[in-house]
Amino acid sequence: MYTQMMDLPGQVAKLAGDEGPQAERFQARVDEDARIEPRDWMPEAYRKTLVRQISQHAHSEIVGMLPEGNWVTRAPTLKRKAILVAKVQDEAGHGLYLYSAAETLGVSREQLVGQLLSGKAKYSSIFNYPTPTWADIGAIGWLVDGAAIMNQIPICRCSYGPYARAMIRICKEESFHQRQGFDIMLAMCRGTPEQKAMAQDALNRWWWPCLMMFGPSDKDSTHSAQSMAWKIKRVSNDELRQKFVDVTLPQADLLGLTVPDPALRWNAERGHYDFGEIAWDEFWKVVNGDGPLNRERLAARVAAHQNGRWVREAATAYAEKQRARAAA
Amino acid sequence: MSEKEWPLWEVFIRSKQGLDHKHCGSLHAVDAEMAVRMARDVYTRRNEGVSIWVVPSNAIAASDPNDREAFVEPMADKIYRHPTFYELPDEVKHM
Repeated sequence: MYTQMMDLPGQVAKLAGDEGPQAERFQARVDEDARIEPRDWMPEAYRKTLVRQISQHAHSEIVGMLPEGNWVTRAPTLKRKAILVAKVQDEAGHGLYLYSAAETLGVSREQLVGQLLSGKAKYSSIFNYPTPTWADIGAIGWLVDGAAIMNQIPICRCSYGPYARAMIRICKEESFHQRQGFDIMLAMCRGTPEQKAMAQDALNRWWWPCLMMFGPSDKDSTHSAQSMAWKIKRVSNDELRQKFVDVTLPQADLLGLTVPDPALRWNAERGHYDFGEIAWDEFWKVVNGDGPLNRERLAARVAAHQNGRWVREAATAYAEKQRARAAA
Repeated sequence: MSEKEWPLWEVFIRSKQGLDHKHCGSLHAVDAEMAVRMARDVYTRRNEGVSIWVVPSNAIAASDPNDREAFVEPMADKIYRHPTFYELPDEVKHM
């Protein structure tokens, strides 16, 4: 699914040793669109920024399984259940591609998972919202995955090779996710009035949190410039957000749903939709741990990790026994 | 029992018979058998491959990127190794 946190406070500042001829050669390579690979020299701040961004992205994929997992046992048909299981499995896969990419920068999986479970690491704010109805699964696929694709396609050209390669795999798979979500919305909007009302209700609840997924407004995101210069980030938050609004509005019209924003209107002069002000205080509240489900999500991850401990231990013990037998 | 991190494996996939195995990523597993099984779930959910290799990451020896100049660049000035270096008379066909 997705990341957004690259502009959050505490972004890594330039570190000692990050200047000099090596740094100039590095920047020159980035400028000519060459890729940086794990064993190449890189500024420490570049490394730290990537570890943070890639691991937050990985955590988001892992936590992103929870809102959807909520509906696996209650999907309306066997076909929908099979599709949802496949989607949730993809999210786990995406998490793994990304953890692997982060590990090429010299951090261990254990450290990264530890940061998530201790609450130190952030993940996308969107997964702290609840999924009370089946229409939420539709809205997540259509809107959340749609926003994710919008954000992730430029990262396929990120200067760091392993991240870019992971992103290419992920983007290919996300497009299934978005279409399955739209398919759910379409079925509900063509269904009974009650079903259509559920779809509208889900849109009402997800619209604004989805716009927040693109991160703070450009005028408030002071750290973007460095990420842009390093080609970790290629398109600004506001540009991506505008693009998302522009492509999504006609889709909402087609569904016969109303986007919950009275300020929304086509601006022929700009060639874009104008839209209302985002409630940034809500965004920061959720990012800083006080969203509707932050505590529950983290507790679920911690429980899953603890309850899986005996499985990991048993697998280790079995492998050791096999090795001992083979050696004997 | 204290938890020890499972070793890291590099995964190589042959997308179809007749093609090379190609590196596609890595994962943690207790042993080779589990690494192959997990690679199947992580890297071939959509028919991406017909064959999987896994190699312990620490078994890979690699060239040093800092040696790039000495290691790679001498190859660049030996253009006579390429057939396009040689000019042929127009009359010569099929060569």
